[in-house]
Amino acid sequence: MQPDPGDALMKVSIHGIGLLAAGLEGWPAGRAVLLGIKPFVPVAVQDPDASLLPPNERRRSSDCVRWAVHVAQEAIVQSGFDPRDVATVFASSGGEMGVLDTLCRSLATPERVISPTLFHQSVHNTASGYWGIATTCQQSATALSCYDDSFAAGLLEAVTFVRAEEGPVLLVAYDLPVPAPLNEARPIMTGFAVALVLAPPSHRSLASMSLRLDEANQEKPTGMDDSALDLVRQDNPAARSLPLLNAIATGGSQTVRLGLLDSQQLVLDLDPCRN
Amino acid sequence: MQPNVQPMRPLTLTAYTLVTANGRGLSPVLQALRERRSALTPCDFEDVTLKTYIGRAEGLEDFSLGNGLEQFDCRNNRLAWLGLQQDGFMVAVAEAKQRYGAHRVAVVMGTSTSGILETEHAYQARDRTGSLPARYTSRYRYTHNMFALGHFVRTCLGLRGPATVISTACSSSAKVFATADRLLRAGICDAAIVGGVDSLCLTTLYGFSALQLLSTSPCRPCDEDRDGLSLGEAAGFALLESSERVSRRGAVALLGYGESSDGYHMSHPHPEGTGAVKAIRDALMRAGLTPSDIDYINLHGTATRANDAVEDKAVSGLFGTTTPCSSTKGWTGHTLGAAGITEALISVLCLKHGFLPGTLNCERIDPALHSHILRNNEVRPVRRILSNIFGFGGNNCSLILGTL
Repeated sequence: MQPDPGDALMKVSIHGIGLLAAGLEGWPAGRAVLLGIKPFVPVAVQDPDASLLPPNERRRSSDCVRWAVHVAQEAIVQSGFDPRDVATVFASSGGEMGVLDTLCRSLATPERVISPTLFHQSVHNTASGYWGIATTCQQSATALSCYDDSFAAGLLEAVTFVRAEEGPVLLVAYDLPVPAPLNEARPIMTGFAVALVLAPPSHRSLASMSLRLDEANQEKPTGMDDSALDLVRQDNPAARSLPLLNAIATGGSQTVRLGLLDSQQLVLDLDPCRN
Repeated sequence: MQPNVQPMRPLTLTAYTLVTANGRGLSPVLQALRERRSALTPCDFEDVTLKTYIGRAEGLEDFSLGNGLEQFDCRNNRLAWLGLQQDGFMVAVAEAKQRYGAHRVAVVMGTSTSGILETEHAYQARDRTGSLPARYTSRYRYTHNMFALGHFVRTCLGLRGPATVISTACSSSAKVFATADRLLRAGICDAAIVGGVDSLCLTTLYGFSALQLLSTSPCRPCDEDRDGLSLGEAAGFALLESSERVSRRGAVALLGYGESSDGYHMSHPHPEGTGAVKAIRDALMRAGLTPSDIDYINLHGTATRANDAVEDKAVSGLFGTTTPCSSTKGWTGHTLGAAGITEALISVLCLKHGFLPGTLNCERIDPALHSHILRNNEVRPVRRILSNIFGFGGNNCSLILGTL
């Protein structure tokens, strides 16, 4: 049978959520803001704990690593899964932009002396590698980018992985403010990191959703009603996850449309049933 | 608690193409392999003064991208463009597009540094206030951003399906096969363009130099006196389709893959090679094969002291001492994020033309290595090949390619 785009339906459960952004520190606090129980007050985020990182690794780690590991840890703890059993997908538009800034500054000097540690921290899979070191996880680890649509691309990779392997996947999306002068090329003003633990459909989960790919047509990608939160969504590729988080917080049957390149949308149908 | 890996349905490589320092297209690469001609030359990249050898693709400075592709112009995308022009690849993609529709063909690319050379140049050209040139900042998205390669390839091929760029250092363009398989299995697409492109830049040259991993001579994988790697650049692409749809006896297909992490260190492999073993085991399980079914192993074989020793431990532990193995990095250099597709397609050439490449530049096999390492080329039929790729962050991927 020829698979039809409309039949490309994939269902997964969400078992854990991690969140870090100004005014959205941790899923419980973020959920309260999304539900309108608490106001959105974007106070600058303190250096995240990321306490899972061994002290030596934490000391040498970049901001991206600490943000990504911090939300990954929050989500995995909530899920109750042993992190050694969970494959990972890390999605980021630009990855280690702060490290790249430092490297490119050094490479523009006559001496071109660069730190070996900084060099191996410049790869796009740095956060993914540090998570592996912190947890000694030996499962598949993927790091990817799809520019502004990196969260949607990461979600697609994570969900197809869950269904292909019938096992859990930790999805982490993050982008941090880009330092000057690189911010002239890629202006991202606010940091945002989010993590979801996804697994095959199960009743013992926070929520369930089905994914399908749709042609981009008359329907716009889902935005945020709160204009301040919508600005965050538009500023940071990882914050494109906000409409999904909002739908999970609110509960009930909902549809979220995430833009995926110019021609497609990832359509997420959230199940009404929840515990 | 992780479920066992289930066998996969083979994916046919309907079309494929490769550009390395050995030449443009599969035929010069094949010729170089047969004639045992290395493309590694003393480093003459820009004004770099490092004493090392590089595998540099010819002619990337002699043209720029036009015809509406101007904004993508950078060394990495030029190399990608050269790759797309070879071996009738564009025609094969156009046919797949006709068959399935532009929105049903996915693009999954791998790169480690994308067009970072543009950013390196822009930092050298900062003005007195420290600002970057405007002609750079407006094109960052199309050149250096990690997705730029995927955007460029999708645009060149006129495709409208999902696209992503996998960037897991050296394993990037091996893992693209796994991601493509998942998209195809989920019915998200009917065909996928997989591939990878990485090009020379200051970051990797000075970075590997800082790690003291660059050889001062052409790299000597598995040699007793090996002293590091040589960097190279390459672009490779393959069109993947379900073998049930385009099945042809004798066609070359992806039979299995395995992905894993070391969970040990950012730039040193796990001393026991346990991550590598897991990747190889998963690839065998997915292909429904046992070690004795593998005719040849294309090693990651970077020629660093640590990689070759640990990889040998993993390979000899699983395959014993009789399965022929070699590294082809003496021809191409280590093409980093393009190494996965480069070595997958070299493996395809071995399958198609019935030969095994002996490890170029390996004068005396390190007696500490136990695998059956080939020094000289051998002519013999080959049906199934394992290709290993391991990268920074302890990121591993093994592929099994074979003839249907």
